[in-house]
Amino acid sequence: MSETADRVKKIVVEHLGVEAEKVTEDASFIDDLGADSLDIVELVMAFEEEFGVEIPDDAAEKIGTVKDAIDYIESKQ
Amino acid sequence: MFDLTGMTALVTGASGGIGSAIARGLAAQGARLALSGSNVDKLNSFATELGGDHVALPCNLSDGAAVDALVPQAVEALGGKLDILVNNAGVTRDNLAMRMKDEEWSDVISVNLEAAFRLARAAAKPMMKARFGRIISITSIVGVTGNPGQANYAASKAGLIGMSKALAQELASRGITVNCVAPGFIRSAMTDALNDAQKDAINVKIPAGKLGEGEDIGAAVVYLASREAGYVTGQTLHVNGGMAMI
Repeated sequence: MSETADRVKKIVVEHLGVEAEKVTEDASFIDDLGADSLDIVELVMAFEEEFGVEIPDDAAEKIGTVKDAIDYIESKQ
Repeated sequence: MFDLTGMTALVTGASGGIGSAIARGLAAQGARLALSGSNVDKLNSFATELGGDHVALPCNLSDGAAVDALVPQAVEALGGKLDILVNNAGVTRDNLAMRMKDEEWSDVISVNLEAAFRLARAAAKPMMKARFGRIISITSIVGVTGNPGQANYAASKAGLIGMSKALAQELASRGITVNCVAPGFIRSAMTDALNDAQKDAINVKIPAGKLGEGEDIGAAVVYLASREAGYVTGQTLHVNGGMAMI
């Protein structure tokens, strides 16, 4: 697993208060991890801060799973 | 009760009559303030008068870029956190609707409503992270009752109430409350200029029989800003001596 993936998962675990085992790459934030729309906004803010990238709204809307987030961030690094 | 020690607040329109009373109220309870206003000299002299380690942040709220920069400036000046936002600044451009110019409408909406939204949106970010926040907008009795000659002002103030209710629902789960305070007739330089007959005509409409003071509004803001008011959100607190019971 990449370093980015590790850091993304750590943020998701901390923010959503879910068990680390549940945060698989295929996990959907809303359907599998119990996030609501405001959680997604907060997660995007946390990713932006952690990785120093800007995630515009149209990109943020396409982030549905943990893998989507990792892929987007890696594509910007 | 209502101790604000350790809390930080941004107050717009802080050098005005009601704004300065709000600032005094918050400061008296221990909050550290970023005082914003458009009149730099007035703002600086008020900050000096208030003493303490409050900071003055001049801002023209009709300038979108300046509005967007204000919350980040306040967060930085206040040591990295913002607990309380008070949207107090407001302007009037009174005219009968039939004669109201497009600019008179848009100037009032821009400063009173749009700037308040932009500041609330920006303030929500650090507040969400902190899982605590108080967003308080100073609306007006006329936002609920209407007032001839003030279609623009009444719309902007009614807009603040609706906006606050929506924000309150979005942010409640993060420990952020969003409320309004709606003053009635408050004593100011403007009301001091009225003659006795005019004052009597106003007082007849107020069961309390007198105009309110800036401190009455300051006290309402202090309450809504306090930890004790944490279960109150999406509300409008009317402070009007019984002039309108709504």
